[in-house]
Amino acid sequence: MCLAIPGKIIEISSDNPDTALIDVVGVRRKVDLGLLQDDRPVAGDWVLIHVGFAMSKISEQDAAEQMETLRMLGESEAAVQEVRGYGLDEPSNRPWDGRNRVEDLE
Amino acid sequence: MRFVDEFRQPELIARAAEEIRRLADPTRHYRLMEVCGGHTHAIYRFGLKDVLPDNIELIHGPGCPVCVLPMGRIDDGMSVAQDPNVIFAAFGDMMRVPGTHGSPLEHKARGRDVRIVYSPADALKLARANPDKHVMFFAIGFETTAPSTALTVLRAKAEGVRNFSVFCNHVTIIPAIRAILDSPDMRLDAFIGPGHVSTVIGCRPYEWIAQNEHKPIVVCGFEPLDLLQSIVMLLRQLKAGEAKVENQYKRVVPWEGNRAALRAMGEVFQLRSFFEWRGLGFISQSALRMRDEFSEWDAEQRFSIPGIRVTDPKAAQCGEVLKGVLKPHQCKLFGRECTPEHPIGALMVSSEGSCAAYFNYEHRKQAMVNILSPTA
Repeated sequence: MCLAIPGKIIEISSDNPDTALIDVVGVRRKVDLGLLQDDRPVAGDWVLIHVGFAMSKISEQDAAEQMETLRMLGESEAAVQEVRGYGLDEPSNRPWDGRNRVEDLE
Repeated sequence: MRFVDEFRQPELIARAAEEIRRLADPTRHYRLMEVCGGHTHAIYRFGLKDVLPDNIELIHGPGCPVCVLPMGRIDDGMSVAQDPNVIFAAFGDMMRVPGTHGSPLEHKARGRDVRIVYSPADALKLARANPDKHVMFFAIGFETTAPSTALTVLRAKAEGVRNFSVFCNHVTIIPAIRAILDSPDMRLDAFIGPGHVSTVIGCRPYEWIAQNEHKPIVVCGFEPLDLLQSIVMLLRQLKAGEAKVENQYKRVVPWEGNRAALRAMGEVFQLRSFFEWRGLGFISQSALRMRDEFSEWDAEQRFSIPGIRVTDPKAAQCGEVLKGVLKPHQCKLFGRECTPEHPIGALMVSSEGSCAAYFNYEHRKQAMVNILSPTA
């Protein structure tokens, strides 16, 4: 659960500067930017996301490397699944592969 | 070498492995602890032991949040969930961790309202969407996760969401390292420092390990090359008789950490005088509780929590494995009564637990070796 997911900031909410739409390999969800208030990111920046909160700003190259790290660790699907789950969205229906996901509960 | 072909920068990996061989003194046995469960998973998945000399032993540390949580805390959390007005929300990692009367998932099967969330913010969202219910978020994690919980509590207070609370099980990594260093059966040479915890706390909190305990520590990333480079850095320090904090994961970890995250944690949490860790026992000032100003959002204040203490199943040796005294396969239950499908201890549940990692990678490899050479 300690793996951080790289995402690109697409848009920062105009009515709440602590909410941003991010893109993680094509999946777009809202994340919280409140932990980066000392060094606010702007649209186009890359961040590492952990449990729905942006934790740190990173370079585009580091973001690509982080995604590659997740792939090597066999965690890239779980990472995308986590991002899909942000905002309580319904997950896709897939058989259980040993990881704990929302569909385990259905 | 099979290992080298599968990863990025294979020539650098080969060079780092070669440098480790050159630096390791063949007359010495090195015991290096990787503190973080993410590193434990990576080490097994990448088969790193295959490229290290035999005299470099990697000891798996306490940095897997679900693994160090005593069973009594799960029972305490589930006792609140028996109330039909309560929605119990937790990360997926928690769902299969056994309590005395079953895992949260099994409680769900018995009709309790148990939900997986991927973010504490979503637990708060559940509370907003269910104003006639109470949502209790079962919070776990080290300093990587605690700031997100803290910010969620601050948001709940700011918005006046009163049907939301946190059952706080957040722990802090430094006291656990101290407890391990104080343990008489633990002799370690150096530490591979946690990666993402350090994005929050930075590198300074490790300085006492170098200065007072004279053990090198290198904050490390999660790729094979990161781990091998960190081992090179540790061996260089050990060879030179030095002990300092180094940061191999500079691309993500700033030396000073994330001050906004630390502020949020400081605002919402204070240190508990002590907390029980599975395998390590009671460690003083090793966990977080909510400050009194947030008692309205503190499940331990709002509900009557039984404070259950459970001794681990006698035959299971989770504690010894957690301390690195036993290897996972040396536990009497490993791979027999206790498997990832039917876990008895939390170390077999989480992918960051050393038993699950060992079972999924090493155990299968060993089974293959036994098949190929049955007399070995």
